[in-house]
Amino acid sequence: MSSTDLSSGINPNTMSIIVTKGTLDWAYPPFILATTAAAMGLQVTMFFTFYGLTLLQKNLSLQISSLGNPAMKMPMMGMHMGMPNIVSAIPGVDAAATTMMKNLIKKKGVASIPELRDLAVEADVRLIACQMTLDLFEYSKDDLIDGIEIGGAATYIEVATQSHINLFI
Amino acid sequence: MADQVLDAKGLNCPLPILKAKKALKTLESGQVLEVLSTDPGSVADFSAFCRTTGNELVEQSEANGIYTYLIRKSA
Repeated sequence: MSSTDLSSGINPNTMSIIVTKGTLDWAYPPFILATTAAAMGLQVTMFFTFYGLTLLQKNLSLQISSLGNPAMKMPMMGMHMGMPNIVSAIPGVDAAATTMMKNLIKKKGVASIPELRDLAVEADVRLIACQMTLDLFEYSKDDLIDGIEIGGAATYIEVATQSHINLFI
Repeated sequence: MADQVLDAKGLNCPLPILKAKKALKTLESGQVLEVLSTDPGSVADFSAFCRTTGNELVEQSEANGIYTYLIRKSA
């Protein structure tokens, strides 16, 4: 499996993910796929840009947002309750939804995001923070966890040309 | 008999796979890891994991909602 794909010259066991979203729920897909791919022997690179950059902060305080998330239905009182967009305007609703989600995560044996992020670091997943996003939102490298790289679009494109699987989340 | 047993009961995707990978790292080639899981999704996932990594899925079974996998480390 570690051989080179003859048609493209690309190692088939390579994957990159562009991470653009920073809410608690959207933090899951990239970290689950990155850690699992690494466990299955792939070299994985994650490129964190825009709201995805928050996932590299030392202190994670991720929330979910019910806004623009019309399919979100939470199990409540034996049924599934929807969250109409308008309720997200009510103060405290997103905080309550976040608490509810965190309780579900614990109850269902789902990993926490800090746990998955630690596992990604441990598995030598290459983590690249977008320099432009750091500038735009006025973060410094000191706000982010250790062991990450800083790069821009060209850095990512180079990774992408060398990766068999490229995902945008 | 397994050389090591991993109790992954109560854990959800992808933790059983990630913990199995960690456990396999500590084994020698040819040794067998037994994994216990309550995640129904682990049936498809452990097959895929073994096919991709080349480790051998020697045996799998289910009893009372607990899935048992025997994985022989290949390399």
